[in-house]
Amino acid sequence: MKRSTIDIWVGAFVAAGFAGLLFLALKVGNLASFSTAETYQVQAKFANIGGLKVRAPIKSAGVVVGRVSNVTFDNESYEAIVTFNVDAHYRFPRDTSAKILTSGLLGEQYVGLEAGGDGVMLKQGDRLRLTQSAVVLENLISQFLFNKAAENKVESKDGK
Amino acid sequence: MVERSGVLAGLLQGLERLGRGAGAKIWRLGFAARFFAYMLLHSGTALRRFHLTIREIYFAGVLSMVIILVSGLFVGMVLALQGYETLQRYGSSEALGVLVALSLVRELGPVIAGLLFASRAGSAITAEIGLMKATEQIAAMEMMAVDPIARVVAPRFWAGVISMPLLAGLFSAMGIFGGYLVGVKLIGVEEGAFWSQMQASVDVREDILNGVIKSLVFGVAVTWIAVFEGYDAPPTAEGVSGATTRTVVTSSLAILALDFVLTALMFTGGNGK
Amino acid sequence: MATAPIVEIDRVSFGYAAARPVLHGVSLRIEPGSVVGIMGQSGCGKTTLLRIIAGWLKAGGGSVRVLGEPVSTLDSKGIFALRRKMGMLFQFGALFTDMTVFDNVAFQMREHTDLPPDLISDLVMMKLEAVGLRGAAQMMPAELSGGMARRVALARAVALDPRLMLYDEPFTGLDPISLGVIARLIRTLNDSLGQTSIVVSHDVEECFSIVDYVYFVSAGKIVGEGTPDELRRSGEPFVSQFVRGEPDGPIPFHYPAPDYEADIDGGGALSSLLVAEAAGG
Repeated sequence: MKRSTIDIWVGAFVAAGFAGLLFLALKVGNLASFSTAETYQVQAKFANIGGLKVRAPIKSAGVVVGRVSNVTFDNESYEAIVTFNVDAHYRFPRDTSAKILTSGLLGEQYVGLEAGGDGVMLKQGDRLRLTQSAVVLENLISQFLFNKAAENKVESKDGK
Repeated sequence: MVERSGVLAGLLQGLERLGRGAGAKIWRLGFAARFFAYMLLHSGTALRRFHLTIREIYFAGVLSMVIILVSGLFVGMVLALQGYETLQRYGSSEALGVLVALSLVRELGPVIAGLLFASRAGSAITAEIGLMKATEQIAAMEMMAVDPIARVVAPRFWAGVISMPLLAGLFSAMGIFGGYLVGVKLIGVEEGAFWSQMQASVDVREDILNGVIKSLVFGVAVTWIAVFEGYDAPPTAEGVSGATTRTVVTSSLAILALDFVLTALMFTGGNGK
Repeated sequence: MATAPIVEIDRVSFGYAAARPVLHGVSLRIEPGSVVGIMGQSGCGKTTLLRIIAGWLKAGGGSVRVLGEPVSTLDSKGIFALRRKMGMLFQFGALFTDMTVFDNVAFQMREHTDLPPDLISDLVMMKLEAVGLRGAAQMMPAELSGGMARRVALARAVALDPRLMLYDEPFTGLDPISLGVIARLIRTLNDSLGQTSIVVSHDVEECFSIVDYVYFVSAGKIVGEGTPDELRRSGEPFVSQFVRGEPDGPIPFHYPAPDYEADIDGGGALSSLLVAEAAGG
């Protein structure tokens, strides 16, 4: 086979390979969604974050508005400090509350923002006051069992 | 007493044979490592006269493309079928995109593409170099004062290293397309959820880049084994056929073992945070 | 002769394994401009000798000087430099099967020189014309007959006009016509390009028709030397056996073996069968 024919084929192959990788990066991965927009950083303290991970989405009214950038543990309050970046397009009042929610029963966990009524907007470095921790399934179940047991006790006492 | 000493002697003999076998294996490994270092040091020709390498990319990469694309498509389609079956029991069939994409990008893409590459291109490289040796073409080249490792071996090695990540990328992309066809077009998973969930969970650095690194490592391992087996093959018909078989077996095992090591390094440490 | 010899080998010995020496105490001189034959049986060490001259194998003892260079003490760089002045024709040609005839002949020019492509093209066509295969320039080696492949390999070997040509069994497996063509080419190339040639062969007639001088090698030693005419008249038993192709002589028909009767009668299956038959009858 002639050299120029080989060059064309190899060129096509390399182009196709890079197109495949680009497809993975843009369409499959999230390269397009976070590298372009400017963001501002907000922190929130939670008593329990459950299974929240770095890069988990921040959603408000179901729309992804940012991503978790860092999770640390506060040695003084014994709480988790979650830092997240919110897209600069989206603005929230200062008294916005944050909840850790789960998408579906077994889905991944994300931070849900619920806007408050304050006139002052959140800015870079602010901290959210109102937070609600993740629902930990084990706690929920044990709570339920305790309640059940307590009810039974009361019932058996009444019956006596 | 006589019997016992017989058993003992047999045992000792067996141990001795084992030791000798292990010694030969280690010697060969050392030789392969030296060969690798020599090849890297003498890669100047392959990179300076890049058309030599381009020619080999044609044979290793372009000619492997069809099998890679077709296999990728089918693997993706099967993943979607099987994944849907399991996910819908938990009512989370919209996570199908995540399942297909993560399995392909992290594991199946690099590994299956590597295995196919080993049997399609690796065996061809070994057979070609082995036959060049058997027909004295390698010797003729040396006699013409041309280093066959620089002229014949190194271009094939670099071609394999360049082709492998591209093939793995094509495999994953094609597989995700296959998963999309079956999941969205055939089964009817909601298209928006399929893509958005995928994009939300697949990380460019954590998943895709690590997949590319894996395929690069596999590319180095497979082509190294292939060129070494070819160059080391006894110059006979059985020698070349044996070396070709060894290339496929050794490089397949190497891919699986390396995959385990790399997965352990990449995904257990990084993801816990 | 006053000029320095092209190849000078002095008391060289060599063995792949210490226990089984292939060459011992071989000495020879090859004068410039001559075609020298090295002849002997298969496996007598003549190819080994050729490989020592080419710097492929290192001689175990003695000295080897080729084109004035001490081959056994050169490093690989030195040997590569020396090999640029040498050409070698391999037994079956050893053409690069993935290149055309043209690219095969151009190979060394492209590897070792910076000549512009059209000059290389002219040179390749000249070399191919010399072996009569200019018309086959764009063919692949697989499309050539054995004789043609050997001629292309010859053109490739002389591509950079080497001073010393080595031929390893150039006549093996050729039909009489191709054989005659190759033999004539070896001689004419040698004389027209001012080369010196060494032909390793066991083909007496073809070899004697082109060489100036012959060394006979047997069991790792030089057992006879001289011009073809001298050797034809030689009384040395090995040489006369070889030249006339007699089945028995100093080289016995039988490979060394234990006593024949011991192998047949010594309790083998055949003899016990015979004994049993005799008892039954």
